[in-house]
Amino acid sequence: MSEEADHDHRPLVLMHRLPSFALPFRDRLHSHFRVLDPHASTTADETPQAFLSRHAASVRALITVGPSPVAVDLLDLLPSLQLVVGSSAGVDHIDVAECHRRGIAVTNAGNAFSEDVADYAVALLLDVLRRVSAGNRFVRSGLWPQKGEYPLGSKLGGKRVGIVGLGSIGSEVAKRLVGFSCRVAYNSRNKKPSAPYPYYDNVCDLAVNSDVLVVCCALTDKTHHIINKDVLTALGRDGVLINVGRGALVDEKELVQYLGRGEIGGAGFDVFEKEPEVPKELFAMDNVVLSPHRAVLTPESFEAVFEVIMANLKAFFSNKPLLSPVQHE
Amino acid sequence: MDSSIGVLMTYPMSDYLEQQLQKRFNLFKLWTHSSHSDFLKNNSNSIQALVGNTKIGADAELIDSLPKLEIVSSYSVGLDKIDLSKCQEKGIRVTNTPDVLTDDVADAAIGLVLAVTRRVCECDRFVRSGLWKKRDFGLGTKFSGKSVGIVGLGRIGSAIAKRAQAFDCLISYHSRSERPETNYKYYSSIIDLAANCHILIIACALTEKTHHIVNREVIDALGPKGILINIGRGPHIDEPELVSALLEGRLGGAGLDVFENEPEVPEHLLALENVVLLPHVGSDTVETSESMADLVINNLEAHFLKKPLLTPVI
Repeated sequence: MSEEADHDHRPLVLMHRLPSFALPFRDRLHSHFRVLDPHASTTADETPQAFLSRHAASVRALITVGPSPVAVDLLDLLPSLQLVVGSSAGVDHIDVAECHRRGIAVTNAGNAFSEDVADYAVALLLDVLRRVSAGNRFVRSGLWPQKGEYPLGSKLGGKRVGIVGLGSIGSEVAKRLVGFSCRVAYNSRNKKPSAPYPYYDNVCDLAVNSDVLVVCCALTDKTHHIINKDVLTALGRDGVLINVGRGALVDEKELVQYLGRGEIGGAGFDVFEKEPEVPKELFAMDNVVLSPHRAVLTPESFEAVFEVIMANLKAFFSNKPLLSPVQHE
Repeated sequence: MDSSIGVLMTYPMSDYLEQQLQKRFNLFKLWTHSSHSDFLKNNSNSIQALVGNTKIGADAELIDSLPKLEIVSSYSVGLDKIDLSKCQEKGIRVTNTPDVLTDDVADAAIGLVLAVTRRVCECDRFVRSGLWKKRDFGLGTKFSGKSVGIVGLGRIGSAIAKRAQAFDCLISYHSRSERPETNYKYYSSIIDLAANCHILIIACALTEKTHHIVNREVIDALGPKGILINIGRGPHIDEPELVSALLEGRLGGAGLDVFENEPEVPEHLLALENVVLLPHVGSDTVETSESMADLVINNLEAHFLKKPLLTPVI
């Protein structure tokens, strides 16, 4: 190995992950950092926990993979920790307030996933409106020759689309939908002076004035169940709801009932409240499109997030400003 | 409108259109008569207008059996089921419904691209069958920024280009002649276009020259990572060649709204995960079907009021 000579000088980085989540670019991290991965270091003599305890005092930076939680119990184990590098856009699995209280910086995936998530939001919306998955099922089950005509879909052009959360993902969604001649409006914590779209300071007003709602804000205490009964009622029986944010942004129980009663037109979901559990009632519906939290998962966005993680770690270890720090709200 | 004017509708294409025609004309519905020859023997002299679509239009035989026919108003943009030279020869006017369905077909094209690249239908099947709890789903491919080749840069092709640009795609195209007013790269050969793009979208009209315009050579130029989208007509693609390329892994994936022998779809395609199959619904939305129906009727009314036709072909 060419780096062997300076082996000991590589900064130490803890890979914090649930056993089921692995970083696809681990080997490339190794060329710059000494990576501690408790789950890959388990032996007959030592559990991952014991391995972690043995090294804990020297860990200044950790990468948390996917939704692996970073809470007080982990922080208590790591007295020298100064940086938590998230590999996702949302950081609801990281106790950001506690990190900041302890002087620990937190970074997220920055814009690495924005385009892919925005693409996915449009994909789900087109699928719901134009019945792509349902039409594909119709053809594959051999029903076309028997039934002939397939029910009409709904036109995307001219639709009023309300975007909940006009961050980097929401802005990319808006840009794409303008290309389809949709009329875009948005809700977010604050009005964005640079955004050319009408702003609504509450989601219900946005829903009343929209044919489609696309939910792509961050999950916080304030946005938990931001799409509730009142918003669904305001969206109405022809309305379509798309969620590419987090499952808990939508009151899923209410949504299932609204769909069941035909009080909302359709829905496209990449995220659910209790993943991988999905309400069974949805499986029989043709006006919903269900996806297993895939919006960010392309080789291209993996590459992009790897670049962001590397940039944040390199900046940290050379005392330069972080690329994508998360501010505490 | 003079409600004694006889209008023959060839196929049940839209309830709304049927109702609107019924209000204004003496409407005959061809599909409700079990014997077309008996029907024509008894009524051919009453029929002055015909409303057809892409399933049943007006072939030479039907045109010849209607001696009083003055106009064919097609509920479609494509005219491949209408014998245009026969109409020309007999002085029969022909109209179609351009523009109104452009947006929907372009939306369907992008919908298919996204469904294939991001594997949305497969994802939906995966969740519905309860597999999410058992295993992980693989990766899709990013769409934004990919190179998109469009075959036929007419109204629909241009609308597809506009949408793909909102995804920062690189656009190039092939058509009969170069369109200097666009900034897109032109290829005079479809094979060169296919070799230089990731996603190839077929959006041209079906003519003798574009029949099987996508053959084995084009498919091989597109390659094992390439994606083929067809929202034009089934016969644009040599279907057996497409099927074998998909089965042999020589093509990455396909999104098809049209097929050579609709509603028959090649059996082999039904089992493939990397294809998305739609039942020819490119322009099928509630909003657009009403606009198309209104245009069919407005053309008929203009003709019988001796005013200029709105969207004449002949």
